[in-house]
Parts: sequence; structure tokens; C-alpha cells
Amino acid sequence: MKPRHWPRPALLLLLLAISLLLGGCQRGEPLPFRLTNITGHMPDLDFRLTDDNGKAVTGADYRGKVVLLYFGYTHCPDVCPLTLAQLHVVMQRLGPLADGARILFVSVDPARDTPSIMHAYVNAFDPRAVGLVGDARAVEALSKRYRSAFTREPGDADGNYEVSHSSAIYVFDREGHARVLATPSASHDDLVHDLHLLLDNGADR
Amino acid sequence: MKLSRLSLLCAGLLLAGIAHAADADHIHASHAWIRVLPGALPAGAYVTLENDSGAPIALRGAGSTIYADVMLHQSSTAGGVSRMSMVDSLDVPAHGKAALAPAGYHFMLMQPKQPVKPGDTVTLTLQFADGSTLATDFIARPANALDAGDTHADHAMPGMDHGLMSHDH
Repeated sequence: MKPRHWPRPALLLLLLAISLLLGGCQRGEPLPFRLTNITGHMPDLDFRLTDDNGKAVTGADYRGKVVLLYFGYTHCPDVCPLTLAQLHVVMQRLGPLADGARILFVSVDPARDTPSIMHAYVNAFDPRAVGLVGDARAVEALSKRYRSAFTREPGDADGNYEVSHSSAIYVFDREGHARVLATPSASHDDLVHDLHLLLDNGADR
Repeated sequence: MKLSRLSLLCAGLLLAGIAHAADADHIHASHAWIRVLPGALPAGAYVTLENDSGAPIALRGAGSTIYADVMLHQSSTAGGVSRMSMVDSLDVPAHGKAALAPAGYHFMLMQPKQPVKPGDTVTLTLQFADGSTLATDFIARPANALDAGDTHADHAMPGMDHGLMSHDH
């Protein structure tokens, strides 16, 4: 039998040192998100819009909150309400932690969506949802910032029209850094998991 | 004689058509619900249709005494973009099912003549390509409901591919 190069206590110490080192490195390591990690690939949350109470707001007003940004419009009867209903379920599953998060629903239909319509609309889904409106230029600027797009489709004789829009949900940490990209087909479990990571941790990483 | 046989066949088909004109006997509707949105915003209506006959039956649309306009629509997501389009019909396959479900096929209900509140029942008359109809009660559900409320909620977000479900017998 070969003699041991390391006596057992020394080996344990070495393992401890390695794990401490790894632990130290972890602070700079990415959080183990289950959904698409966009850290460093998208700009920080920034916009100038009007909230559903008619108040002028900017991205900075939501620092300190984990933000779920979603584009849509109130005359959208299927996918937008479904997505907001899904986000409501996710918020419910977060329990009291959800108070640290906000759903920002940005209208891509400036012609029809007023703050008061948006107010009734978002509150039908979740008390932590905020409706944001702005002129076409401001909304387009925000949309382009996240490489998303929307197109007003040709309307019918009655003036009804649809708006095609990005289906993505952008998640920002408490410091306004873009962290996770979710699609409406993402599982509730994955979204809850990733939001836990952002809500449990501070905004420092 | 060839001609008379053909005319007999035509007469038979015509009679069959008339017999069907009233009720869509072979279609069964379940999980019928409406997602009610605030004010007079357009609402989505969903239903699962089952066809127990040996031939496909096409859903063409629906009528309502409450909503001035009902349209058969399909939502789709391609390249990360959600859009909605009108569809002429949806086939309910022979001995199969077709679902109008969130993120897929749905009725878009517009211009309610009176407010519809969660808990209300709204009758939509489904119209099929063979001229038959089926009066179906839809339960009005809150905006943030995920389904008709008659089944256990599915925890996974519905995908985009469950509009049509056929099964072979």
C-alpha cells in the first residue's frame, strides 16, 4: 500500500480552502437562472412614460423593485390577458415576496389606451401591475431599447385594428439591470424560481 | 337509371342537410368560458368541441344576443411576435376534438350591449359549415382566470400548439 501524501486532517483543510475559494468566486458568478439569462446583454430599465394614475414616471422610479416588463394593449382579447393572468399566478406563488416586484404593462396602442383604461385593465389582473402609456415615440424608444417591435395592423371598416407585438417578458433586478428573458410559454415554476433568485438576493449582483 | 339514382342521392343528401340544420347533434361543447375584461373591451371566449360523428365538422363562427360582433380568431407567436388573425373555420375532426383555448383559437367578442360580469352566463350560438347550430352557455370568468374554472388549473403555461387536438379511434 502506498503511503498517503496527505494526512486526513490536511486533506480536509485543503477541501475547505477550495470550497471557500469557490464560495468567494460565486459572488461574481451568474445567478443560476432557469430562463434565458440576458445579464449584460440588454440595457438597464429606462423610459419616460405616464403611469395608470396619470403620473409621469421614469425607469428610475422602479429602482428597488424587481420589474417584469411586458408590451401589449387592452384591445388584445387573448394573448395579453393570458400573459398577465399567468404573471398574476406567478406573483401569487411568490407570496409576500411579490411586494418587491412590479409588472410593468406598456401599451403599444397609444391611440386607444389612456391611463384610466389601463388602470382598470391592470388592476383586473394583479395589484402589483402598473399600466404605462406614452406617445408613439416614447413607446417605440422603449420597445427598440429591448430589440422588440410592434406593428399596428390594417383595421376594418369600423376602425377596429390589432397590434402585433413582442411576446417577451423582460425581468430586471432591483437596480434596473436586465437579467432574464421569459416567453409566455415559460413554465410558472421557472419564472417563480428566477424571481426568487432576484428577490431573495440584493441588487448587488 | 343513372340519372334517377343521382337525383335520389341528391335528395337524400338534401334531407340529411335539413335534418342537421337545427342542431349540431354530433358536436358536444364543454369548458365554455369567457375572459371578461373591464369596460367594453373585447373579450376572448373559449370552448372545447367534440365530434362523435365519422365526418369532420367545421366551426364557422358564433352569434350572440349580448355581443354585437363575434369573430373566430387565432393567436400565434412566431419569432417572438404575437399576432392575431381571423380564421374562416376550424375543423372538428371525425371522432376528435378541437379546442378554442388561450393563445390559440378563440372567439373575439366585441361591443357588449350590456355589461358582462364574472359569474354571468352568456349563450353563444355556435355555427357550423353544414348549417347546424349549437346554443352553448359560456361562464364569464374574471380577467385573471386561466380556464373555465371547472378543471384543475394547469401549472404550465399553455403552449401555442394546442389549438387542434385530434385523436384516432
